[in-house]
Amino acid sequence: MSERSEAFWLGVRALLPMHLGVMPFGIIYGIVALQSGIPPLAAVMMSSIVFAGSSQFLLAQLAAAGAPALLMVGAAGVVNLRHALYSASVAPMLKQLPRRWKLLLAYLLTDEAYAAAIPHLLASPGSPMAHWILFGAGFALWAGWQIATLAGVVLGARLPGNLSLDFALPLTFIAIVVPLLTDRRRIAVALVSGALAVILAGLPYKLGLFCAALAALALAAVPARKGSQ
Amino acid sequence: MSLWLVMFAAGLLTFAIRLSFIALEGRYQPPSWFVAWLPFVPIAALTALVTPDLLLVAGELRLGLDNARLWAGLVAIGVAAWRKNVLLTIGGGFAALWAIQLSG
Repeated sequence: MSERSEAFWLGVRALLPMHLGVMPFGIIYGIVALQSGIPPLAAVMMSSIVFAGSSQFLLAQLAAAGAPALLMVGAAGVVNLRHALYSASVAPMLKQLPRRWKLLLAYLLTDEAYAAAIPHLLASPGSPMAHWILFGAGFALWAGWQIATLAGVVLGARLPGNLSLDFALPLTFIAIVVPLLTDRRRIAVALVSGALAVILAGLPYKLGLFCAALAALALAAVPARKGSQ
Repeated sequence: MSLWLVMFAAGLLTFAIRLSFIALEGRYQPPSWFVAWLPFVPIAALTALVTPDLLLVAGELRLGLDNARLWAGLVAIGVAAWRKNVLLTIGGGFAALWAIQLSG
């Protein structure tokens, strides 16, 4: 197998367990979108046009509530502000790529793809195959998300069962974060970010997540200046 | 018709946010404190994503034994620290969750 396809499949494999959580999430989105009065074609197409789970749920809710168009667009954007952090995190690793690669990987840069790829990207800094890992993870999520929303729209509310499968997503994020907690400062960043995210959970449009992560990051950088320089 | 416009605008905005720093890279020199942040981004962002799922039930802080996701999450954290394996962590978390749900 070539180095490229090895890196691609590494990304795909890292993402696959998340489908356990993404599939039910996507199916529920499909059902909710139809119930919100969004036509089936638009509900399915939104998964590739917007391609952001929480924004899509929000757009469906706001469409049902008859919210003004500008508010809907703004809210959908604010929900994804945290993705700017992922963008900053992977940007140095993608510096040398041609523009079409940057555009493609930006389109595919979701919570899940970032989470699946980042341990591998951090493990081999400067790897010329980094973009293939990220592409593998991003594409695997994209394909799963399209299938899941299509299933939700087609099968509708006929799908059975509540095994709490959505819990697979937080579990996967735990599996990714815990091994990264290799020193006291990293543990402190996790504790502060986690606690603030709970305290700020009442903020609309997932702003609490974004603010909690920013505050914890600020804390991470400050002592580094005094101590190590 | 305006629903499609909203979708395309929301998609463009989301794309622009994801592209932001990737597009800027190499065209400007980010300040050193910003660069110092970057290794902590996955920890800060992904932890913020997880903790509300574990500690809040319908928006309320719930630390009791009846919050199955909290205890299952703690089991998963233990498994992840012990074996550093994604599938084992998911398996351990679900085993704990279903066990608590069945016994509750």
